[in-house]
Amino acid sequence: MTMKVKKADRPVKREMQRRSDGLLDYERLIETEEFKQLVRKKKRFMMPYVIAFFAIYLLLPILTGYTSILETRAIGWMTWTWVYAFGMFIMVWVFTQIYVKKSREFDSDVEHLLEKHVRK
Amino acid sequence: MGLMSYGIFFAVILLTLYITYWAAKQTRTASEFYTAGGSLTGWQNGMAIAGDYLSAASFLGIAGAISLNGFDGFYYSVGWLTAYLVVLFLIAEPLRNLGKYTMADMIGSRFGAKKVRGAAALNTITIVLFYMLAQLVGAGALIKLLFGIDYWISVLIVGVMMMIYVLFGGMTATSWVQIIKAILLMIGTIVISFLVLMKFNFNFVGMFDVMRTATPHGESFLHSGVVYKDPIGLISVLLALVLGTAGLPHILMRFFTVKDAKTARSSVVYAVWIIGIFYVMTIFLGFGAAKFVGADAIIAENSAGNMAAPMLAGVLGGDMLESFVAAVAFATILAVVAGLVLSGASAIAHDIYAQIIKKGKVTEKQQVKAARYAAIGVSVVSILLALGSEKLNVAFLVSLAFCIAASANVPTILFTIYWRKFNTTGAVASMLTGLITALVLVAVSPNVINPVEGAAFFVGEPLFPFVNPAIISIPAGFIAAIIGTYVGAKRMEAEEVAYAEVRFKAEAGYRGLEGQAPN
Repeated sequence: MTMKVKKADRPVKREMQRRSDGLLDYERLIETEEFKQLVRKKKRFMMPYVIAFFAIYLLLPILTGYTSILETRAIGWMTWTWVYAFGMFIMVWVFTQIYVKKSREFDSDVEHLLEKHVRK
Repeated sequence: MGLMSYGIFFAVILLTLYITYWAAKQTRTASEFYTAGGSLTGWQNGMAIAGDYLSAASFLGIAGAISLNGFDGFYYSVGWLTAYLVVLFLIAEPLRNLGKYTMADMIGSRFGAKKVRGAAALNTITIVLFYMLAQLVGAGALIKLLFGIDYWISVLIVGVMMMIYVLFGGMTATSWVQIIKAILLMIGTIVISFLVLMKFNFNFVGMFDVMRTATPHGESFLHSGVVYKDPIGLISVLLALVLGTAGLPHILMRFFTVKDAKTARSSVVYAVWIIGIFYVMTIFLGFGAAKFVGADAIIAENSAGNMAAPMLAGVLGGDMLESFVAAVAFATILAVVAGLVLSGASAIAHDIYAQIIKKGKVTEKQQVKAARYAAIGVSVVSILLALGSEKLNVAFLVSLAFCIAASANVPTILFTIYWRKFNTTGAVASMLTGLITALVLVAVSPNVINPVEGAAFFVGEPLFPFVNPAIISIPAGFIAAIIGTYVGAKRMEAEEVAYAEVRFKAEAGYRGLEGQAPN
């Protein structure tokens, strides 16, 4: 059933996109308030995470290479080196889920932007 | 090994051949050949990414490295997983929005000049060849050990299988081989991990106490520094691991097999979970092998420790589990080399032939035909190279591939998406500088020139001290991009698309009428 709906939709949609795409003025589009805000929002969200995971990642070899503070026991004989490494795994999973959650917000912003400025 | 291993071995071959037969019937257009028509769902592509990524280096290599070197082996697990944050946050979605079949398409969506696409294709082919050589040489050694077949026959078997998958089934067959491999690999690893944990009475913390005295390294086994004594060398390796993934052409190509950026995102999420769980389990593989097989026995079988995981399976679960794990290792290699053949073939047939030579004026039929010829070409060349490289150290080939990917591709990919001033000169300068710096530094590194006789090709003092040149070659790639951009700033370059269009498409995913980015 969904297939049928899609097929019926397609010609209309395509025509619209074709016409507007030929005229799409990207210079104007990236200057729209919606786009600028989207980029600002994305940047503000992503930069701290990107800096954080690089910093946390590179701190590991610095700590293990230049100091021996991670060589002390944390839980039983599981040293802090391992705890740090496991922490990296947790970090990757948590950051991934945060990104996914936040991206849904960006998706609806993009949808709004397209509705307003592209698919007129 | 007995009948059992042959049985499982042939079951894998037959199943994958059947998939190829089924996939061949739906591989007619270039888009179907290169990207399975963009028809994969998020979880399918997530599994396939895991199947494409978890190579013999991950399964056999890390298990061996942890068993012999303790924590230093685990750096690979940490680095190769964290790499996916770079892919997810910075690359996956813009890449899907801008590209069509290949990584070069994405860069070409902004810089249409032939030299840009040519440089990107050159990088792809170089990375694919090094990576492939590592897999084929590893596969040859593995099958030789498991079944007692000659090295050259083993290489031929793997080589012919990968060629068949790609030649007839294109991306559809490749993807499903990778999905099945990911499932087999996870089952095998979970079973071994469970048995190892059982041996340790399910006492995860107590396991570390046991390991403290179980190996020749003593307590050092639990600390960093068994292999990586020089912190700068260690940082260099870790940089290559975390940035390399984002520049591996066969991984990037996987993002074109889904319909849009949202699905690309969800496939990274599935991949991150599968790959992460797998890498956690490498601890059990490594510790288990060190404790229950023992370093001496592992080294006696293979000095790099590559047989640690199958040997551990044999000790824990007898012949049956060992056969199963051997078949898993075989499937692992098949899935990875198939992905590599496909991305190498796409660089030759799509980037060089269709786009550069024919300027995009090719029919659907010609494209698919070219892709198939290229697949044969890539397969034959890699088989021939592998036949002559039996004695090559495979670990360094993989780390070299990651290093080239990080140095030669990543700066250009990032700047294409995020830097307004970036231009054709900058892109070409960065790609070539990254590639050449990495290759030259490796050629004069301890991998090639080593004071220990027999450790490398030549005996002598290396001119470059580190095994992995990433700490120099990655900054070199970035700096060349910046210098090139300023040098070329005044030059008018043909076929450069305005940054506004690239930026808008990268963020909004809106492609207009053709549904694809312009080439």
